[in-house]
Amino acid sequence: MSLAVPSTQACPACAAAPLAEAIADHAAQEPVSGPLILSLPTIHCAACISKVEHTLNAYPGVLNARVNLTLKRASIEAESEVTADDLTKALTDVGYEAHELDASALGTTATDRGGRDLLMRLAVAGFASMNVMLLSVAVWSGAEAATRDLFHWISAAIAIPAVGFAAQPFFRSAWAVVSKGHMNMDVPIALAIILALGTSLYETAHSGAHAYFDAALTLTFFLLAGRYLDYRTRAVARSAAEELTALEVPRALRVQDGKETLIAVDELSIGDTILVKPGGRMPVDGVVVSGMSELDRSLLTGETLPVYAGLDTVVSAGEVNLTGPLTISATAVGRDTSLYRLADLVAVAESGRNRYTSLADKAAKLYAPGVHILSALSFIGWYFYTFDLRTALNIAAAVLIITCPCALGLAVPAVTTAASGRLFRKGMLIKNGTALERLSVVDTVVFDKTGTLTEGKPQLINSAEIDPKMMSIAMGLATSSSHPLAKAIADAAASEGYSPAGLENIKELPGCGMQATYDGRSVRLGRADWIGAEAISETASYLMLDGSLPVVFRFTDQLRDGAQAAVSSLIAQGMKVHLLSGDTEAPVVDLANRLGISDWRAGVLPEEKAKHVADLAQSGHVLMVGDGLNDTAALAAADVSISPATALDAARVAADMVLLGNDLSVIGEATVTAQKATKRIRENFRIATLYNVIAIPIAIAGLATPLAAALAMSLSSITVSLNALRVR
Amino acid sequence: MQMLIYLIPISLFLGGLGLAAFFWTIRTRQYDDPDGDSQRILSDDWDDRPKP
Repeated sequence: MSLAVPSTQACPACAAAPLAEAIADHAAQEPVSGPLILSLPTIHCAACISKVEHTLNAYPGVLNARVNLTLKRASIEAESEVTADDLTKALTDVGYEAHELDASALGTTATDRGGRDLLMRLAVAGFASMNVMLLSVAVWSGAEAATRDLFHWISAAIAIPAVGFAAQPFFRSAWAVVSKGHMNMDVPIALAIILALGTSLYETAHSGAHAYFDAALTLTFFLLAGRYLDYRTRAVARSAAEELTALEVPRALRVQDGKETLIAVDELSIGDTILVKPGGRMPVDGVVVSGMSELDRSLLTGETLPVYAGLDTVVSAGEVNLTGPLTISATAVGRDTSLYRLADLVAVAESGRNRYTSLADKAAKLYAPGVHILSALSFIGWYFYTFDLRTALNIAAAVLIITCPCALGLAVPAVTTAASGRLFRKGMLIKNGTALERLSVVDTVVFDKTGTLTEGKPQLINSAEIDPKMMSIAMGLATSSSHPLAKAIADAAASEGYSPAGLENIKELPGCGMQATYDGRSVRLGRADWIGAEAISETASYLMLDGSLPVVFRFTDQLRDGAQAAVSSLIAQGMKVHLLSGDTEAPVVDLANRLGISDWRAGVLPEEKAKHVADLAQSGHVLMVGDGLNDTAALAAADVSISPATALDAARVAADMVLLGNDLSVIGEATVTAQKATKRIRENFRIATLYNVIAIPIAIAGLATPLAAALAMSLSSITVSLNALRVR
Repeated sequence: MQMLIYLIPISLFLGGLGLAAFFWTIRTRQYDDPDGDSQRILSDDWDDRPKP
């Protein structure tokens, strides 16, 4: 705590700190043209920082750029003509991956203030408790009469203002619940602090031997530490969740009088004409007015087969345009789009987590009334035994202080911090405080297929059956398209050592396929109806060389990394694993067989999915893992839910946990960690109770001294924290 | 016991100085990027003179 002021000036970070503050102030004054923020997922060392900052600062128009390594972000102040795209390109050129972040989705300033406020109170409580403890040690080691009184008065002078500032969060929270006639953990805490200060002040005024100023302060300090840990865990989760949202900068290309302008999605209105390029996501609901293409609706329905889109096709926000540019006319924007309406339904249906009472709440329900009754009883008992109000009040205060709510206050946050930290390093983000506890009792796991167990990326499966000549022709056609199926053919052919056949006049017809001439014969690769072939039920592409039979290229969805490991580990843990998909039967059966899942259902509508999950939740505890809009209701209906980072925003909001990486195998580990964490929390409660069982009779008997109270409090808090560290 | 009259105020003042320094570090946002700060000390930039 005793940071030497002059030496810190030498450190470049501190020298730059006022600058950072200046930027923050600047941003606060002009929220409209805030700094550009880039996400830099690959930076990791001093050299990266300096290279990125040099590159950015050297870019014309950039006024100031600063890297934050903890958050892996760069914040750039620049002239208005510098765009994030330019800077991203500049960084990619020097070898750093960079993505633009939507600054408005990163609500960091408000969260910072809360954390700094708690840290400030923690520091005051720590400072005051150390000083008062020093004075108390002198008293305990035998200071007497006037000296003891002087020390008590100095302690009071430090403790009362310090507690008045530091313990405000507890007083406020206690008052808020008491005024509504309820009870929580903060009520006995606030009462213990006030009573300890009050009786100690009275004792000091009457030259009494025992004062509990140090206890009131250490209590505040330990409890604030617990609160700060809790806050940090949630702040880290929130900022990571915000970053995922901010990665999708909502922009759209509006076409007006033949001119294209890039504007924010919020600014779009009904009737606007919007150009959606191949690979882009529909920003609004609308109708196609020109262009032909194919749409990937898998995030909304779970279907893997791309859907044809042409004139007058109705599109909804969230669908991905695959092949050709589409111009759409907006029919619903912003909150009226079907995407938002469905997401709103989820917010209403959030029942799974509301019906859960956390372990901390259960403990508080037992503890808070118990402590009050004990303390009141000892007050009454001692009053009728001695008819001395002072003795009775002193003992009642000692009982309240010595019951160690600090161990109980640390029991949960210390464990969840350790467990969340462990899972965060493995790539799993815990958004909800009680999610770990709910995860620990799960006995049924429901998976979505597309985008969750599978990548949503097709993979060619029948290359062995296809004639090599056809394969190289297909490769020639496929390499010049960006359609996912074409890419899959090109990848498969390249990995099997084919070389593309010499083709002429290669042309892509958006929404249909590729066309070219081979040896004077026309050749086509694309949709069945366009080629003139019989369509099969699976995802497939068709090749037709003039004068020969059509060739079918069949695809399967590529498994996500760790999908097999996750499913096997869950089954090995004795859980029932279900697969619910909106996709057609053939690919679902195939996947279920590959992963060894016996309970599967295909063609499930979103409502059925939610209902099925709710039914399962009646008889057990369900974990739902899904990514699409069709999963959001099911995610909310389950007891606990996980969604991958690639999921739609609405699904990530509905889920309790988000997988940051691409690997699913962490799910199997997460359930184990959750069980371990819950076990530690219960152990912590038992440790705290054990201390109480020993300490309460001593306090009630009137034998407790401030020294004993200080020892019990510190020992129990330290044991609880150390026990929590075993989760890591 | 006479020295207590000097020593107690001195100890409180020194402790208070530490507290004030901690407040200053919080206010100037020195805990925003702990990983970055620990790495920046290794970089040679601005070794000769402070950043303007």
